[in-house]
Amino acid sequence: MRQLDDQDRRLLRFVQADALAPIGEVAERAGLSAAQATRRLDRMEAEGVIKGYGAVIQWQALGYALSVSLRVTLDKTVPSAFDDFLSAARDIPEVDEIQTFLGRVDVRLNVIARDMAHYQGIYRSRILALPHIADIEALMLVSEVKDSESLPL
Amino acid sequence: MIELDDLDRKLLRALIEDGRLGAARLARRFDMSQPAIWRRIRRLEEGGVLAGRRVRLDKEALGFGVTVFLGIKLATKGRVSLEDFERAVTAIPEVQIVQHVLGLYDYRLRVVARDLSDFERVLRRRIMTLPGVGDVEANVLLSDERRPGPIGG
Repeated sequence: MRQLDDQDRRLLRFVQADALAPIGEVAERAGLSAAQATRRLDRMEAEGVIKGYGAVIQWQALGYALSVSLRVTLDKTVPSAFDDFLSAARDIPEVDEIQTFLGRVDVRLNVIARDMAHYQGIYRSRILALPHIADIEALMLVSEVKDSESLPL
Repeated sequence: MIELDDLDRKLLRALIEDGRLGAARLARRFDMSQPAIWRRIRRLEEGGVLAGRRVRLDKEALGFGVTVFLGIKLATKGRVSLEDFERAVTAIPEVQIVQHVLGLYDYRLRVVARDLSDFERVLRRRIMTLPGVGDVEANVLLSDERRPGPIGG
C-alpha cells in the first residue's frame, strides 16, 4: 500500500475530530483545495485506510442508563470454548461490544440495561447461561471521562 | 426519553453502517418521503439518540498495531486525586477511552500504540507516572466486535 504523507495524516486528524464537517472546511484547515482533499479522502477510502463513517448512538437517550463491562475467563480445557461462548454472546441484544484478549481476561462483554432490575434479569437469565464461563467480574460505568477513539496521528 | 418505532430502528441501523447516508438515499431505501425521513433524523438528533458520526480508520494500516485495555486502581482516593488523575490521563494522546468504573478497578483505559515496545514506553513513561496510580492490569486486544445493541433486527 502507498505510504500516507503528512497531508493525508492532517486530513485524517480533522475528519477524526469532526466527521460531518463540510469538505470545504476540512480542506481549508488542511491547506488544500476542496478537490484535492476529496481526492485524497476518496483514495484513502478506496485503499481501506478509511473503513467508513458510522453514527454514534447514545444509549442513555433511549433509556439505557446502565453500562456494565463484564470480564470473562473461560474454561480453556474445552477446545471450542471461545467459539461457543462468542456465538452465544452475539445472540444477546443488550451486548453491544465483544472483545477478546491476551492476558488475564479472555473476553470482555459490554452490556447495557435500563436499570438494575433489567440488568439483573439479563445477567441471570442470559449471561450466566453462556457456555464455558470459569470466572466473571463486573465493572459498572460511573462516568465516561474520555471517549474519542481518535488515533494520535 | 425517546421511544423508537420500527422505522427509527431501521434508520439507526442504516446510519450505524453508513453515517453519511443522506435523507434522499434513506427515503428511497425505506420508501418514504424525504421530508419525513429528515424529520425523523432531526428528532433522533434533538433527542440525543444520534450523537454525531465517527470515522472508522484501519488502525493497523496507520501503524497502530497494538491496542491494550488497562484496569487501574488508584493508590490514594479522594476528590482531588480523582480530578488530578483524570486531568492527566485524558491528556495522553495514546489513551482513547477513560471510564470511571465501580468494581475491582477504579478506571478502565483503552490505549493504542505502534507495537509492544511502543506500548511499554507509554505504560512506563505516561501511565505509571500518573498521579495516584496504583495497581495496573493490562490485557492486549485480539479482536474487537461492535454489535448493533438492542436496536438490532
